Amino acid sequence: MLKKLTILMLVVAMLGTFAGCKKAAPVEEMVLKYNVGAEPQYFDPRKATGIPEFTMLLNLFDGLMRYDNQGQIVPSVAESYTISPDGLVWTFKLKGTKWSNGEPLTAQDFEYAWKTALSPEIASEYSYQLYYIKNGEKYNSGELTNADEVGVKALDDKTLEVTLEAPTPYFTSLLSFTTYLPINKKLDQSNPDWAKSADNFVSNGPFKLTLWDHNHTIEMVKNTNYWGKDKVKLSKIVFTMVEESSTELMMFENGEIDWGPNPPLPELERLQSEGKLIINPYLGTYYYLFNVTKKPFDDVRVRKALMFAIDREAIVKNITKAGQLPATAYVPPGVPDATPGSDFRKVGGDFFKAYDPDEAKKLLADAGYPNGKGFPKFVLLYNTSEAHKTIAEAIQRMWKENLGIDCTLTNQEWKVYLDNRNVLNYDVARAGWIGDYTDPMTFIDMWVTGGGNNDTGWSNTQYDEYVKTAKSTDDQKIRMEAMHKAETILMAEMPIGPIYFYTRPELIKPYIKGYYTSALGYTDFKEAYIEKH
Amino acid sequence: MRKFVTQRVIAMLITLFIVATVTFFLAKTIPGGPFTKEKALPEAVLKNIEAKYHFNDPLWKQYTDYMVNLMKGDLGPSFRYDALTVNDIVRKGFPVSALLGFVAILISLGLGIPAGIISAYKQNFWQDNFVMFFSILGISIPNFILATLFMYIFGLKLHIFNIAGWGRWQDVILPAVTLAAYPTAYIARLMRSSMLDVLNQDYIKTARSKGLSEYRVMTIHALKNALIPVVTYLGPLIAAVFTGSFIVERLFFIPGLGRYYVTSIYDRDYTVILGTTIFYAAFLILANFAVDIIYAFIDPRITYSTEK
Repeated sequence: MLKKLTILMLVVAMLGTFAGCKKAAPVEEMVLKYNVGAEPQYFDPRKATGIPEFTMLLNLFDGLMRYDNQGQIVPSVAESYTISPDGLVWTFKLKGTKWSNGEPLTAQDFEYAWKTALSPEIASEYSYQLYYIKNGEKYNSGELTNADEVGVKALDDKTLEVTLEAPTPYFTSLLSFTTYLPINKKLDQSNPDWAKSADNFVSNGPFKLTLWDHNHTIEMVKNTNYWGKDKVKLSKIVFTMVEESSTELMMFENGEIDWGPNPPLPELERLQSEGKLIINPYLGTYYYLFNVTKKPFDDVRVRKALMFAIDREAIVKNITKAGQLPATAYVPPGVPDATPGSDFRKVGGDFFKAYDPDEAKKLLADAGYPNGKGFPKFVLLYNTSEAHKTIAEAIQRMWKENLGIDCTLTNQEWKVYLDNRNVLNYDVARAGWIGDYTDPMTFIDMWVTGGGNNDTGWSNTQYDEYVKTAKSTDDQKIRMEAMHKAETILMAEMPIGPIYFYTRPELIKPYIKGYYTSALGYTDFKEAYIEKH
Repeated sequence: MRKFVTQRVIAMLITLFIVATVTFFLAKTIPGGPFTKEKALPEAVLKNIEAKYHFNDPLWKQYTDYMVNLMKGDLGPSFRYDALTVNDIVRKGFPVSALLGFVAILISLGLGIPAGIISAYKQNFWQDNFVMFFSILGISIPNFILATLFMYIFGLKLHIFNIAGWGRWQDVILPAVTLAAYPTAYIARLMRSSMLDVLNQDYIKTARSKGLSEYRVMTIHALKNALIPVVTYLGPLIAAVFTGSFIVERLFFIPGLGRYYVTSIYDRDYTVILGTTIFYAAFLILANFAVDIIYAFIDPRITYSTEK
């Protein structure tokens, strides 16, 4: 009897820890429930790298510039700015704004944030996003030890002077990026761990952090100290970290979340026909890499033959099924060109046909493998995923049918695959790239000789030259022309073969309005609201 | 008894030392590291990170540093979660997983033992077939199917429970039942066979021939001995369900310890791999140790005293 009683009491005590978690909400509360899908790796804006972090931090913080609902970059904490004629010195006048704890935000907060983000001690993974600033890279690598030489300086409380390494016309777009956000200098100096829990977290954006239950939930409420609080309509956002896409879907259908960014692939068609899915733009390209240091992929005709033999329309229509576009160039649509309103992709046009089996056969024969005779067996590598596997199988079949060549498929766990790709331990591999900022350069400068992300072994001095030209001027006409020429070389040489341009299919309740979701992947809820439903 | 305990504690420490050492070096042999990213980090950045986390120290130094900290009870920082130390992860995750596991074990003992007894007592009758049918289901249906089924029926269709989540007492039920399915079925089968075994023994015949009531024979004489295999199974079972299940916690969105055993390997989060492995090993050893102690009380054939 005593034993039973003890067990009973234990159960009661354990269940008791659950009590008192639910609060009655006032009627007019407007709460958005968004599944962000993952616990942030870093919640200090100076270190944050992932899209889930961007979405949360951009709602908590406000930078000098911010994208508005129309996708235009506009001054936010900054009131105005001037640029020196050589494009190197940017002077920002700040609005008189406050931190969520009521303290005034000053230009020193920006200066401090950027300099500490670049300091070797903090070892921020994304410090290189600040390499545009004069001496940023030198200070970060330890070559320079005096932080005063870094090109950011608060002239007074409301004036920030930024000196750049080179003219950077897309610098305004970078300023909305998490690495360029301010942090509260006083707080960081007194408590370096402020970004590790909700207790001491201070931000300056539309929302402020109230709860951080690790690997489960983050909650933020409207920040009444925000300068633009009149436009903020949501009273609260609940970010859940559900990783399993089937759970996310059921929670969405059951009304437990309003927004789920990872719908299960097999359900896409059904969800789309039921109107539960919204397909958002995503600035990215899905492509295959060739190891050009290996025979027979050192022959451009072979690379082209393999790429032309792929039926891209069939892949986006039958496999990916979420409005993706067949890629017949490298830089995806959605990046502005030199003249206002123009698109880099439209100006650049297509470089090859989405499917050209005849030309592919011809090229392969020219390369010495008529009908695939004598073509060495090779391995197509992809990181373990059902979607990549399906695409690889389709392409394997297309190569067999159109060119008569055989390949085997190998999948590897993510980091093993990255490692092998990086040391060129592969023949042909799947890859993808999402832009970091809205400029063709985020795609183009990857393929310079010896570039950290150039996992092909490919090198072309003319290409390097064009990239250099584009990086040395802020004359958009010259820049864009140089990048178009660079892309032309890349597509003529084909160390990589584009397959499709990404989209972002997401589960979004139709009554969520007023948000801005960027083609870079994050979503801003500053002006979002929930319609009566 | 004291000698037995001392020996076991020493053996346990040696085992943990070996587990920590082997895991440390195994984890380091996996290709890639915690900062291997799709977007390659510039060399200067990587150098700063390596310096911060002492990845550029020789391996033996990293190992001895880790072991020294481990002795002090410091499991180190997590590389994947800047805001958490490994101690934080265990401190926060374990109570959640343990509560879930506790409820699951209550369910499996509460259902499994009586079901096994009935099944043995009514051998080959419909009651027996009924129990055995469900125990085959419980053993053969994988957790993730059961979980999805429960979520669909009791959440999406009947609206009795939320699909997933954690924080209200109702949130324990579906995941605990899912987690309990296999052990319940297993315990029922175990109980049935050991009960049948015991019922054929001479001392039960003696008890019956003495004219004892069938109820007394079953509960006092048979049950105690028939429980021994269940107790044996309970050691590893407790260790397994108290320390968290990856699948159940992931599907039901529960912030327990279970996810870290798997995700830490994908993340190459060395300290978390080590911390969770050592914690699990220690828990398993302790659970088995507890089982051995319990034996002494319920099995008259087992004794640890050396004086007699």
